Amino acid sequence: MPLSREQIAQRIAQEVQDGFVVNLGIGIPTLVANYVSDDKFVMFQSENGLLGMGPFPLDQDVDPDLINAGKQTVTAAKGASFFSSADSFAMIRGGHVDLTVLGAMEVDEEGNIANWMVPGKMIKGMGGAMDLVAGAKRVIVAMQHADKTGASKLRKLCTLPLTGKKCITKIVSDFGVIDVTPQGFVLREYAPDMSPEQVVKATEGKMTVAPDVKPMTF
Amino acid sequence: MSKKVFADAMSALEGVKDDMTLVIGGFGLCGIPENCITALRERKVKGLTCVSNNAGVDDFGLGLLLQDRQIKKMISSYVGENALFEKQYLSGELEVEFVPQGTLAERMRAGGAGIPGFYTATGVGTKVAEGKEIKNFDGRDYVLERGIVGDFALVKAWKGDKFGNLMFRKTARNFNPMAATAGKITVAEVEELVEIGELDPDQIHTPGVFVQRIFKAKNSEKRIEQRTVRKG
Repeated sequence: MPLSREQIAQRIAQEVQDGFVVNLGIGIPTLVANYVSDDKFVMFQSENGLLGMGPFPLDQDVDPDLINAGKQTVTAAKGASFFSSADSFAMIRGGHVDLTVLGAMEVDEEGNIANWMVPGKMIKGMGGAMDLVAGAKRVIVAMQHADKTGASKLRKLCTLPLTGKKCITKIVSDFGVIDVTPQGFVLREYAPDMSPEQVVKATEGKMTVAPDVKPMTF
Repeated sequence: MSKKVFADAMSALEGVKDDMTLVIGGFGLCGIPENCITALRERKVKGLTCVSNNAGVDDFGLGLLLQDRQIKKMISSYVGENALFEKQYLSGELEVEFVPQGTLAERMRAGGAGIPGFYTATGVGTKVAEGKEIKNFDGRDYVLERGIVGDFALVKAWKGDKFGNLMFRKTARNFNPMAATAGKITVAEVEELVEIGELDPDQIHTPGVFVQRIFKAKNSEKRIEQRTVRKG
């Protein structure tokens, strides 16, 4: 059984260290905040101009002037700050954000990522994704290992237009935890009900199995 | 007496003409100059190039200007939730230049600061960098991006004084401070318009030098795009 969306988020939360500033993308990445343990002090950055994003507001506290990058109403946590989009992206592009987690349509063995456009389909835009993959200190991709037809999304070479080149070093998919190295994908951990061989077989790009590979734990 | 104060959005937008470039503040529907957008609609100007992170929704924000086909081109980072936009874009009526969000903010900031271009790592190796100069600094490639200056800039602030000093509120600040610097003429609509001297100089986000025209917003609907709440 591949992992659920929640389990992917739960595993990524283990990568969040005490004191980190973290930017979470839309979808599975957003769920990561729910699993970061309370003993870690973490500031969540929202690229529209908020450092220290809190939970959704109570109904009576909804404020149209306080939203996140997904345009959802949110709250400000203790120690939060508001700032302009230029300051926000100075944080991101200047390498001040410790970790960003975002989704992907494809990642390849060179660490390239594609997550913003499919030729022939309506293009919505890249938002802040190109800035985040180019600027954050660490980029983790949260994704499904295969598409709906079963084709691998961990490719030899991305086929879709890129969001960033050689910027991904870690992937947490529903099949496992994968590092992207100069030698290609390296499987570090696998979904508990799968075998490392199954994960390798389901991957189009070159994948080796780490000598100390282990089942994922939560 | 300050000559910057205007009675309303219609009079503050005197001089906006067809085919002009407008730099507009806001993120989604948060912190958008609602009254200026309504006035642009009433003024029936066409062929506009709008530099704005997003394009509103079908019946609010810049979406209102799409209804009467007033926009020729959008320069934006994300245009998600707008059926009318999609229709005009796919039919070729509407041109779109997609710009990474941080690059868009910096292009406004640079334009307003008299910086015609800057290098950034964002977009290198992607479609965004095609046809642009690439320069290597300290072993890493960067792409040359241009500053943006608009004929007009339209921004929304929380409080402003009659000199044009502005304060923004929470995440409604977003692109507004950069947009304010990037207009040949910058128009600010504010929820509260106060006398010169009433704002604490330490709390001002945009100094009045960047603002040429200011008016008190008649309506601030502040529509919420996605109302998300938790149970108490």
